[in-house]
Amino acid sequence: MSRRYDSRTTIFSPEGRLYQVEYAMEAIGNAGSAIGLLSKDGVVLVGEKKVTSKLLQTSTSTEKMYKIDDHVACAVAGIMSDANILINTARVQAQRYTFAYQEPMPVEQLVQSLCDTKQGYTQFGGLRPFGVSFLFAGWDKNYGFQLYMSDPSGNYSGWKAAAIGANNQAAQSMLKQDYKDDITREEAVQLALKVLSKTMDSTSLTSEKLELAEVFLTPSGSVKYQVCSPESLSKLLLKFGVTQPATEAS
Amino acid sequence: MECVFGLVGNDFAVVAADTSAVHSILVHKSNEDKIMILDSHKLIAASGESGDRVQFTEYIQKNVALYQFRNGIPLTTAAAANFTRGELATALRKNPYFVNILLAGYDKETGPSLYYIDYIATLHKVDKGAFGYGSYFSLAMMDRHYHSGMTVEEAIDLVDKCIMEIRSRLVVAPPNFVIKIVDKDGAREYAWRESVKDATVASA
Repeated sequence: MSRRYDSRTTIFSPEGRLYQVEYAMEAIGNAGSAIGLLSKDGVVLVGEKKVTSKLLQTSTSTEKMYKIDDHVACAVAGIMSDANILINTARVQAQRYTFAYQEPMPVEQLVQSLCDTKQGYTQFGGLRPFGVSFLFAGWDKNYGFQLYMSDPSGNYSGWKAAAIGANNQAAQSMLKQDYKDDITREEAVQLALKVLSKTMDSTSLTSEKLELAEVFLTPSGSVKYQVCSPESLSKLLLKFGVTQPATEAS
Repeated sequence: MECVFGLVGNDFAVVAADTSAVHSILVHKSNEDKIMILDSHKLIAASGESGDRVQFTEYIQKNVALYQFRNGIPLTTAAAANFTRGELATALRKNPYFVNILLAGYDKETGPSLYYIDYIATLHKVDKGAFGYGSYFSLAMMDRHYHSGMTVEEAIDLVDKCIMEIRSRLVVAPPNFVIKIVDKDGAREYAWRESVKDATVASA
């Protein structure tokens, strides 16, 4: 019965649902997971890479983590090509704000602005929604470090810890148990890696399958977004006892 | 000619503007308030084409209010000044506003500040500034007597000195001035300096 209401995004079903939006969320449920954690001195984002192959040319580009502005970054889960469009939109919105006000855009306003764009695709134009969920991590002078999650419907909310993508419900309940309000950034990294390792499908966990990024303040007070290098990530995985050590010598 | 000037004190900013509304050789009224309260902690003192002055400052005021409604936080003085400058800049090569503005504000984190914004979208953060023919006199007086960290009494004294200089030396000097102040407690009217009051009409 619901098939009659599938084809157009801009109409409700009789039960009051927007099927296209729900189907978009289904698509994200099959994508590589991402976890975000808010700590006292920073925000931690960890992502599971789905595309791992020896043939892949690894450069400085990342699969899961993207910088939106100097003080905001995001992790994505879902259709990568959709994500690229939205990330570009978010970047333009952030720069437009700075152009008008000569100040960095407050994180929540950026998230809200992007979500307004996403909402448009659920109400008019006849185009399908974006099949992407985001975890936004940033810092501003109003509210300090913040973590936001947004989904294809254009809904967003602020979180202390959140998970998107595959197995996000399992990850979310694990985070709920183990998260404490006053964790440090290092503890947050540890918790994020632990939770991700438990919810990931793959049997072994190596640094090639993960991406780790942190948003924190440097001693001079400016915001820094740093993606962990594969070498340091391997060391961290070993340190926290979250990986099987490599069996062959390199 | 319209006179607007202002300066920054130790934890406040003060602006003064003349209050005559003039059209060619006619003085429409001499109690026109040209200093608008932009929000709780910001003042905009504007001079120039009267229609543009009211239109533009009200436009900025409403946009500043809208930002606060939408986002739950007020704009900083710097952000409001840059926004104002941006609007003047965008209109400049199509439909310019002939308005000169001194934007004074108080922010909790950064204290008092004063911004000089002229009609061709120049923006300067300043300790003291002035517009109009009166600026020849008020800037000179302020250059002589201003020092950073002035108290309210010292600053008002300097403002009065500037007003006296304008009154005595400018050929078409405006008779009346309004002084407004902004500090941690907000933006408010401080005083009027009137040498000519509008005559009330005797009843028939």
